[in-house]
Amino acid sequence: MSQITKDQVKHVAHLARLAISEDETEKMTKHLGDIIKYAELLNELDTDHVEPTTHVLDLKNVMRKDEPKKWIDKEDALQNAPDKQDGQFRVPSILE
Amino acid sequence: MSLFDHTLTELQDKLHKKEIKVTDLVSESYQRIQEVDEQVKAFLTLNEEKAYEKAKQLDEQKLNDQSILFGIPIGIKDNIMTEGLRTTCGSQFLRNFENPLYDATVIKKLSKSNTVTIGKLNMDEFAMGSSNENSSYFSTRNPWNTDYVPGGSSGGSAAAVAAGEVFFSIGSDTGGSIRQPASFCGVVGLKPTYGFVSRFGLVAFASSLDQIGPITRTVEDNAHLLQALVGHDEMDTTSANVDIPNFADATKQDVKGLRIAVPQEYLQEGVSPEVKEAVLKALKTYEDMGATWEEVSLPHSRYAVAAYYLLASSEASANLARFDGVRYGVRSEKAENMLDMFKLSRSEGFGDEVKRRIMLGTFALSSGYYDAYYKKAQKVRTLIKQDFEKVFENYDVIVGPTAPTTAFKVGEKIDDPLTMYANDILTIPVNLAGVPGMSIPCGFSSEGLPIGLQIIGKHFDESTLYRAAYAFEQATDHHKQKPVLGGVR
Repeated sequence: MSQITKDQVKHVAHLARLAISEDETEKMTKHLGDIIKYAELLNELDTDHVEPTTHVLDLKNVMRKDEPKKWIDKEDALQNAPDKQDGQFRVPSILE
Repeated sequence: MSLFDHTLTELQDKLHKKEIKVTDLVSESYQRIQEVDEQVKAFLTLNEEKAYEKAKQLDEQKLNDQSILFGIPIGIKDNIMTEGLRTTCGSQFLRNFENPLYDATVIKKLSKSNTVTIGKLNMDEFAMGSSNENSSYFSTRNPWNTDYVPGGSSGGSAAAVAAGEVFFSIGSDTGGSIRQPASFCGVVGLKPTYGFVSRFGLVAFASSLDQIGPITRTVEDNAHLLQALVGHDEMDTTSANVDIPNFADATKQDVKGLRIAVPQEYLQEGVSPEVKEAVLKALKTYEDMGATWEEVSLPHSRYAVAAYYLLASSEASANLARFDGVRYGVRSEKAENMLDMFKLSRSEGFGDEVKRRIMLGTFALSSGYYDAYYKKAQKVRTLIKQDFEKVFENYDVIVGPTAPTTAFKVGEKIDDPLTMYANDILTIPVNLAGVPGMSIPCGFSSEGLPIGLQIIGKHFDESTLYRAAYAFEQATDHHKQKPVLGGVR
């Protein structure tokens, strides 16, 4: 592909839930562009008939019985939360 | 002489004969940390009070058939969850994560073996980096020369062992993060076969590549530590249910008839002359012991770094979505709505390299680019894996350098991501293929920096790695060298 653009970088940042400054956008456009250009090395290889590897071990879906197990208490789970109220995580408003 | 200059077998003997107590071992650690950690900067968090408590408790136990790890001071990489002990992953995002709610499976296993946790070790943020300079706290230094990096991302884990601050440590390896720092710091580091050690409680970077593994001074002690870590775990769906051999026993067999493959790609340009020379000398040592070696090819090696950065970053972009400022970690004070809370918390909490990889991964997985980048990289991964399978049809192990050079200077490569990535060119293919690899000391550069020999084996054939590594170690004395720090030792 042609060089990645600043607008693309801003779009990807939004998808990744990152707020990046103009300055960072500039730097990121260069660095990502370099890395993506380098990654295009892979296009030298004909992989039309190659299966993708998602995992190196031959594992089938691993299931356990659907039984409730004791894990972390609600109180404990809230311990590290930046904000909480009435036994729940508290966040800023979701709807404007 | 430090107590940590002994082997595990010797220490257990001393404990048994009451020549030493566990408390002595623990104070050996903290004294050494006091002496040298200002220079080495390996530790992010110390566990001093609880460690002495545990030591006292162990000293009151009757010694009978205790584990060979009984009472031994260990350091833990800071991306491994330790209940009630701060776990930051080297990131500002988790600077206030003082109270992890559970122990990783490996920590539970170590507790059962009665090791004593000395503290949490510095690392590149979320294990992304090859020099420890991406830690958002401070850069760990190489004990052999503190102007140099210790390698990464398990730089703190390797440096702490080399500096004698702990007897041994555990790290994690996604693209070389145990082996490369082991090589730079002159210690023994093993990345086990994917699936051999449970990843439950290891803060995920790239789930199809991550493995936890042991870092030690000697090969035999490495085998003992791995023994305590391996095993099937129902909490990790990628954990393998396989037979577990006795790794230390494997060291007893000589290497007569061992068939070594040396990939020509691992000795090509980019590998420094000193490193190449040390590896060739090591091969001569193997010949003298009755092993044979031949040059082979892993033809897709040159594509490994590109495939790795696409795959690892893609997986990371998904894994690191959990850091959203809701349940743990920091939350930006500036956000007025939910979306801004995610964006600002993440932007304030993550460092440059982490953002770069999340961006790369998000891009590679995004609509319109998925097939061209992510899926392409997965296909290339298949080719790389097949390269290894072919070689292992005719050979027992693959041997080469761990890293193309010895440690580089702090600040030397930090501004250029691609130069930094090239550093992992010899370790990355091993993770992509899921096979085990280890680094052992095999010499020193003219500047006095350690050189690492990498030994790679078949899936779940760590025994042969230990056999090959132990024979070499016994035939040489590189592992007996120790760095001099602050005029001590």
